[in-house]
Amino acid sequence: MTGGGAETINFKSALREAAIAGGLALLLTLPLIGLKTIETSHGLVIQPHFADVAVTVLLVFMGRLGLVLAATGLGWPVLAIAGAVTAAGWLVPFPTDALRWLDIAGGGVVAIFASLALRSSRVGFDQAERDRRMDRIGARLQDASRLIGPAAVLFALALPMLPFANRGVVDLGCVLLSYIMLGWGLNIVVGLAGLLDLGYVAFYAVGAYSYALLAQTFGFGFWLCLPLAGVFASLYGLMLGFPVLRLRGDYFAIVTLAFAEIVRMVLLNWTSLTNGPVGIAAIPRPSFFGIADFTNSPAEGRLAFHQMFGLDYAPIHRIIFLYYVILALALVVNFFTLRIRRLPLGRAWEALREDDIACTALGINSTNIKLAAFAIAGMFGGFAGAFFASRQGFISPESFTFIESAIILAIVVLGGMGSQVGVVIAALLVVGLPEAFRDLAQYRMLAFGAGMVLIMLWRPRGLLAHRDPTILLHVRKSARQQQAESEARG
Amino acid sequence: MTGDPTRPLLMVEHLTQRFGGLVAVSDVSFSARDREITAIIGPNGAGKTTVFNCLTGFYPPTSGRLTVSHCGRSWLLERMEAHRIAGAARVARTFQNVRLFGGMSVLENLIVAQHNKLMKASFFTLAGLFGLPSFRRAEVEAVDKARYWLNRVGLVGVADWQAGNLPYGAQRRLEIARAMCTEPRLLCLDEPAAGLNPRESADLSELLRFIRDQHQIGVLLIEHDMSVVMQISDHVVVLDYGRKISEGPPEQVRLDPAVIAAYLGEEGDG
Repeated sequence: MTGGGAETINFKSALREAAIAGGLALLLTLPLIGLKTIETSHGLVIQPHFADVAVTVLLVFMGRLGLVLAATGLGWPVLAIAGAVTAAGWLVPFPTDALRWLDIAGGGVVAIFASLALRSSRVGFDQAERDRRMDRIGARLQDASRLIGPAAVLFALALPMLPFANRGVVDLGCVLLSYIMLGWGLNIVVGLAGLLDLGYVAFYAVGAYSYALLAQTFGFGFWLCLPLAGVFASLYGLMLGFPVLRLRGDYFAIVTLAFAEIVRMVLLNWTSLTNGPVGIAAIPRPSFFGIADFTNSPAEGRLAFHQMFGLDYAPIHRIIFLYYVILALALVVNFFTLRIRRLPLGRAWEALREDDIACTALGINSTNIKLAAFAIAGMFGGFAGAFFASRQGFISPESFTFIESAIILAIVVLGGMGSQVGVVIAALLVVGLPEAFRDLAQYRMLAFGAGMVLIMLWRPRGLLAHRDPTILLHVRKSARQQQAESEARG
Repeated sequence: MTGDPTRPLLMVEHLTQRFGGLVAVSDVSFSARDREITAIIGPNGAGKTTVFNCLTGFYPPTSGRLTVSHCGRSWLLERMEAHRIAGAARVARTFQNVRLFGGMSVLENLIVAQHNKLMKASFFTLAGLFGLPSFRRAEVEAVDKARYWLNRVGLVGVADWQAGNLPYGAQRRLEIARAMCTEPRLLCLDEPAAGLNPRESADLSELLRFIRDQHQIGVLLIEHDMSVVMQISDHVVVLDYGRKISEGPPEQVRLDPAVIAAYLGEEGDG
């Protein structure tokens, strides 16, 4: 046993706390899980699922009890029981798979807490301690990202050639890279300039519709439309910026949200131009830099990609090509951001995020700086939108709802504002995990929400909220030395 | 470079600032000269910071005229936007509760202060993106200027620390260094000695004298710390309830019955 007060274990209060948690779980799950409406030939019927409720309440009760007892010194027994419960998740039959996952995850968390309590012979960590530890990890990762970054790029480059890369994998790669690119783009506004933009999807929509309409009406190719889509989205950013940038904080966020909805409403109702809710179909696919088409039977006088390179025709060629296009676009955004952080404009953005009044007092025209952030981030959003339209071949206002903005924002915030690697990790978590957990069906979004809540509790500033100075007066020190220094000064 | 000797660096004429029914500053006139330290003192709520905020464009004054003259030109501050007052009229300021870029490093704070110059040198980012030599040279100059001021305020050793992690006194000095990096002609300091220990206050007086004598600019400061005010100021303006009640050299102001009456009972924070 660890030292530290076996005499202070108070089973009564631990039981009471666990009972309260169980009661809360009962209140919540009874209507949400316990009663399910199903459609029968006689109409809607309520089907009770009381077994699910009972198991949930029991699990919550045991979990809470375990946490409290582990904290008061019963580390070993709690660890053993939690381990057994976790193992039971695989062996014992559960009413639903979701409960099985809850059991396994809950048992795991309690076991981790118990072992932590054993190791440090005290209750978990307080917030400050946890922050410091995560900062250290963040700083190390930042150091390591000099290696991880190129390695990840190499992996991304090689992905379509790898043996397991089938159509699904490359498609998922495209989706992930789109979100990574959007995350990096929004990161300029939210992470660097500190302007909480809840309507980033509007830029995406402007880019997508620009491409679709230009390509269909004037027959422009993808490679001409891509810069044009960027320009249009950028102009939208400037138009949005003039009225909106007078506002601050919450008001600013709400107005950006409203403008994104306005864009969607216009797309929905301007039927003569946008075809309204029906959307635009048969959007031309990108060609191989205007030289060759990805098709089995090219039009008169056009070259086909597979003929050009003497390959057999395969539909995956186009998907792989699209994958490389989005990879290149995303990397452009990344390198731009890394570069601009070391330029006066990027530093002014960060200064603006820290304190815009001080910026004004230093003679910085904050309106122009914010407009620049909007225009540039908007341009990248427009690029991503044009890519989206060309990849899907079909767009409708459905694709540009608020939830998209929320997901992109979640990626930026979870990753740690301003962190490039953080955005990649968060995109993998936010977009990749729901794909991976498709088996959980309707509980998928529940798991997603739970993950968000956990990160907000444990890591409110984002996973990798660590910032390295962009310019140094003295020679660079490793993160470890810096850490030692900062600990020395307390 | 000192401009027209007959025109003071800063002229405040009949400045009035109302907030709804409250008159924060009422018909205040004074002037501040080049190469002099002018102090504005007065009990709490006398309207000192409001004068500052009008001067630096944070509030548009209700009425009155604010003129800054140097290099043979004049600027009417009450018509200018805050960032132009700092950029064109070359009036820099610090804040009562220090406003640093806490998440950025000490050096970055000083580089941001040279934003306008660097922005031009980077040809509005384009030259910078491609790393042209002209921009690199400008950046080296900016770092040199920052190093000069870091030396001056004794923060070279911590140049790469996060500004927010510095002790309070160092933050105050850094804020002054940052304001000086904008190459101002008039430096406005809002209670620079607040929260400093006697030793740090003495260093501050030394620094302000250095700025006045070596950089030959005007300094305008609001201060509660009477020892600092009496030691270093060349000219003192006393405000009470938004009105100017006295003005003159420090020795004379100290003996003014109106000033003594205004400070009675509130001398404690001096």
